[in-house]
Amino acid sequence: MDQHILTWPKEGNSRIPYRVFSDPDIYRTELNRLFLGATWQFLVLANELPNPGDYKTTFLGETPVIVTRGEDGEIHAMVNRCAHRGNLVCLKRQGHTDLLTCVYHSWSYDLEGNLKSVAFRRGIGGKGGMPDSFRLEDHGLKKLRTDHFAGLVFGTLSDETPPLAEYIGNLIGARLGRVMRAKPKILGTTSQILHNNWKLYIENVKDTYHATLLHTFFATFRVSRLTAGGGVAVSEGGGNHTSYTRGKTDTVGSEASDKLYASIQSMRDGLTLADPRLLDSTEEFGDDVTVQILSVFPNLVLQQIHNSVALRLVLPKGPTETELQWIYLGFEDDDEAMTERRLLQSNLVGPAGYVSMEDGAVGNFVQRAIVGAEDECSVIEMGGHGISSDDTRTTEASIRGFWHAYRPMMGY
Amino acid sequence: MIPAEMVRRLELDALYADYAHCLDNDALEEWPDFFTDDCGYRITSAENFEAGLPIGIVYATSKGMLVDRIMALRKANIYEPQRYRHLIGAIKIGAEEHGVLPVVANLIVVRIMQDGAMILFAAGRYVDRLVRRGEAWKFARKDVVLDSRQIDTLLAIPL
Repeated sequence: MDQHILTWPKEGNSRIPYRVFSDPDIYRTELNRLFLGATWQFLVLANELPNPGDYKTTFLGETPVIVTRGEDGEIHAMVNRCAHRGNLVCLKRQGHTDLLTCVYHSWSYDLEGNLKSVAFRRGIGGKGGMPDSFRLEDHGLKKLRTDHFAGLVFGTLSDETPPLAEYIGNLIGARLGRVMRAKPKILGTTSQILHNNWKLYIENVKDTYHATLLHTFFATFRVSRLTAGGGVAVSEGGGNHTSYTRGKTDTVGSEASDKLYASIQSMRDGLTLADPRLLDSTEEFGDDVTVQILSVFPNLVLQQIHNSVALRLVLPKGPTETELQWIYLGFEDDDEAMTERRLLQSNLVGPAGYVSMEDGAVGNFVQRAIVGAEDECSVIEMGGHGISSDDTRTTEASIRGFWHAYRPMMGY
Repeated sequence: MIPAEMVRRLELDALYADYAHCLDNDALEEWPDFFTDDCGYRITSAENFEAGLPIGIVYATSKGMLVDRIMALRKANIYEPQRYRHLIGAIKIGAEEHGVLPVVANLIVVRIMQDGAMILFAAGRYVDRLVRRGEAWKFARKDVVLDSRQIDTLLAIPL
């Protein structure tokens, strides 16, 4: 039973029923229709698996996936579930192997997921074993389609997902390519457990309105203000977005900007950093965009905050649990000073980030507040009711865009 | 006569006790004083540390940056009232070389939220480099290497 009855409010994308953030049936339907359906989800960076035999495990929603570099030099992905009795084939997060062998009964698959051997297939002394009708080629691991964009590898289980470049679109694709301008180098990873529905984090990422209000560090130290120039770009179907800040511009003047932010407590204290090297950033993308947050439907985020670049993968772990995986990036042409700059600016983001730690908690604050309000709705009307791109960040157009993409897939 | 090695062990035992109580008693403004002016401080996972990946969940290259951390926690960052309880033990003292003393110690941190909800928040080890400044030992470098790659919700107070 896949169909769940939910009557979406007549206001459309500007009203979100709180039920979608906690209902177990809706969650189950999302796993089937979004995560196992016609969406592209980030798997690995192409250069994370440099050699044939390298593998890594990840997830499509909650479904475990193996990603390999095959003998053919290509990246392959398959569901991490033995075709025999459903056991996990790869137990380690990453490694190197010639053959994927299930520990349970030693069924072995090649790096593309084709079944190559079955232990005791012919039985012993003419007794037991598999029937003659059993064919290895009928029992491989379930394969994903994979596709690349700007050094990122995505996967999907659906034949109906359009080609990746088309799915991302030119508008957002250009912004993604802008950041992923060279061969990436992983500086490290971390992960955050959020006690809230995965979509509350996605809404938070797409919400340009909150950034400088909740994260007072942003405005206080002028890392980013809404009064700086900038805007939001929303893809055609609504699901992908970028928001951007033109850091060196100020649309209203510095004094007026201070006045607009004067209600924020920390602004009034005139704070300065004892060691401002933390914010010592340099222009690296050939434009004046100092902050760019980008998302690809349903669950990938690419962030550029000054020189801090990171991928964030939002993995659902239950109706009210989410794992947020961070992959911090530099590029192969970075010199030592640039790497140090990225490491220092990584203090802005992640679980202890000056401008992101609040995001780890605010979804849970909402989750706690909406208990018993399943039939009530949030109000998303900043910037009107549409989902079109705009040259302001005082809009919630990209949040509405997410729901615009989500609703037809879920049948709402 | 107490052997010099035993004196050193007692000094370090007191230092790590003072460090834990400073953090747990909310005397955070005193925390940077455990470090040298040009200290390195980093919180990372064992996974990153063992792979030689440089990232830190917190990454500081001076005492000033530690001062800024505390200032931001007090004035700019927003988080629910919570406290940490540090248990530091198994202090293993290495051989001093050119005035730098390597020390490894285990830590366990329990997090207690305002409603009383309590979890084992962190387990790991300190990988430290200490130097003498006058009578006192100071941290010239501290890597907080957490055994788990996962942080529950957020990390607010230093480890």
